[in-house]
Amino acid sequence: MTDPQATAAGRPAKIELRDVHKAFGSKHVLNGVDLTIAEGESVVVIGGSGTGKSVMMKCILGLLKPDAGSVHVDGRDTTHLSGSERDRLMRHFGMLFQGAALFDSLPVWQNVAFGLTQAKRLARAEAKDIALSKLAAVGLGPEVGELSPAELSGGMRKRVGLARAIATEPDIIFFDEPTTGLDPIMGDVINDLIVKCVRELGATALSITHDMASARKIADRIAMIYGGRIIWAGPVSEIDRSGNDYVDQFINGRAEGPIQMQIREG
Amino acid sequence: MNPLAPIGRAFIAFMHGVGHFAVFAVQALSHCVRPPFYPRQILRQVIDIGYYSLPVVGMTTLFTGMVLAIQAYSGITDVGAEVAIPTIVVVAVTRELAPVLAGLMVAGRIGASMAAEIGTMRVTEQIDALNTLSTNPMKYLVVPRLIAGALMLPCLVLVGDVIGTFGGYLIGVYRLGFNASAYLSNTWDALETIGVISGLVKAAAFGFTIAVMGCYHGYTSRGGAQGVGAATTNAVVSASILILILNYVITELFFSR
Ligand SMILES: Nc1ncnc2c1ncn2[C@@H]1O[C@H](COP(=O)(O)OP(=O)(O)O)[C@@H](O)[C@H]1O
Ligand SMILES: [Mg+2]
Repeated sequence: MTDPQATAAGRPAKIELRDVHKAFGSKHVLNGVDLTIAEGESVVVIGGSGTGKSVMMKCILGLLKPDAGSVHVDGRDTTHLSGSERDRLMRHFGMLFQGAALFDSLPVWQNVAFGLTQAKRLARAEAKDIALSKLAAVGLGPEVGELSPAELSGGMRKRVGLARAIATEPDIIFFDEPTTGLDPIMGDVINDLIVKCVRELGATALSITHDMASARKIADRIAMIYGGRIIWAGPVSEIDRSGNDYVDQFINGRAEGPIQMQIREG
Repeated sequence: MNPLAPIGRAFIAFMHGVGHFAVFAVQALSHCVRPPFYPRQILRQVIDIGYYSLPVVGMTTLFTGMVLAIQAYSGITDVGAEVAIPTIVVVAVTRELAPVLAGLMVAGRIGASMAAEIGTMRVTEQIDALNTLSTNPMKYLVVPRLIAGALMLPCLVLVGDVIGTFGGYLIGVYRLGFNASAYLSNTWDALETIGVISGLVKAAAFGFTIAVMGCYHGYTSRGGAQGVGAATTNAVVSASILILILNYVITELFFSR
């Protein structure tokens, strides 16, 4: 088994999870997650549905509080930050949510400009210019800016969510299942956009997915979560010879193997 | 199996809910006085709660004032009716009927929509998205609603006071044949400051209650569409009950001697 702590050579750790635990009632979702993401690296966490990938991401963002363990960002312990400290930390982060989580009370351009007008306090006109340029960067014309989120298709919602995540030019970007629910072609378009945006910003990226095509395209390094732990992590080139039965079963999508699907959640 | 166990469990769950709510309310209040503020959001809520509730509050108080005049007339047979009816109408409307009816109507209208909107934002991760955009959802979503609720309900009740009294006037003058100017001067004589003030204090308390219940139930909702539906129902029911309880408490404070 590859050491989950091993990161791309020589670069300092941007995000570090140490022995993170999280339970909901009696249900233990995370049982000691250790994961290090180096600066400028793109890590993809793979794992089955309901294995706690989103919960892990929310623990890093502070949307959920870990029961035990710690989260470090840029070497600083951020596990217990709250209030305005947390808001300030969030300026380093951009996040594309699974369902895009666009604000349906605001037109598309205001969604994209939200971080600029609300957090960075930019003037509306200036923020709108930036928002339209970000929309263009994800392949959407200015006319889309005036639509309401309810009028968009799934692929367009993801693109707008991506534009919103990169609008404030964060140095860390998270993607929660960016291709789930899209057709394979639109999925690949989103993958390309993610790779392009992350490279242009020089950002550190963490994605979670169960789509292997997407993982192979986005990742520098892949980590697999199972049973509330990271059970394997390594460069994307080694994923096919991980020597780990769990990883092999997952990437080949076999029903038979050491991973038993929980039919009933419990 | 201890037969008292289910009762105990329900009681603990209830106290847990009360504690949870108290923490939420204190947090929300503390955010009300700390910047940043979102004037655009406050304005949106002021229009939504104040302006768009005018028709429903107007209709409710108008017909209540009219009914009150008819009922009072059928109950009063002696010659004092010309004085008694304007007095009854204006006192009852300003002290009780305008604030309570406006409160209950707005609880149905605004409490439900707040819980549904914020609840949907919760289950579709829009509240999480606010956090990741360095915006505190308490400040952006909850505080504007609390402020607008506590400010706009008194305005609505003031309008309701006038319209309710006017309803009594319509019946008094056009159905019962009272002298119009005498009705007005009798109304004016019966109007007391404490009645109006207590009504407005009630309205502010009700407005805050409606908003805080709507926000709380929406904010803590989970479990998809069903959870949002439950949050909506709970917001309206709890706000309505609290309005009736608060109405009693504030009445005691103002009028018991
Ligand atoms: N806020 C919550 N309250 C209770 N249970 C939760 C909550 N969030 C997630 N869970 C549970 O944690 C488990 C992992 O969820 P999640 O991280 O969303 O899975 P996935 O790996 O598919 O993203 C699920 O079984 C889910 O029911
Ligand atoms: Mg998920």
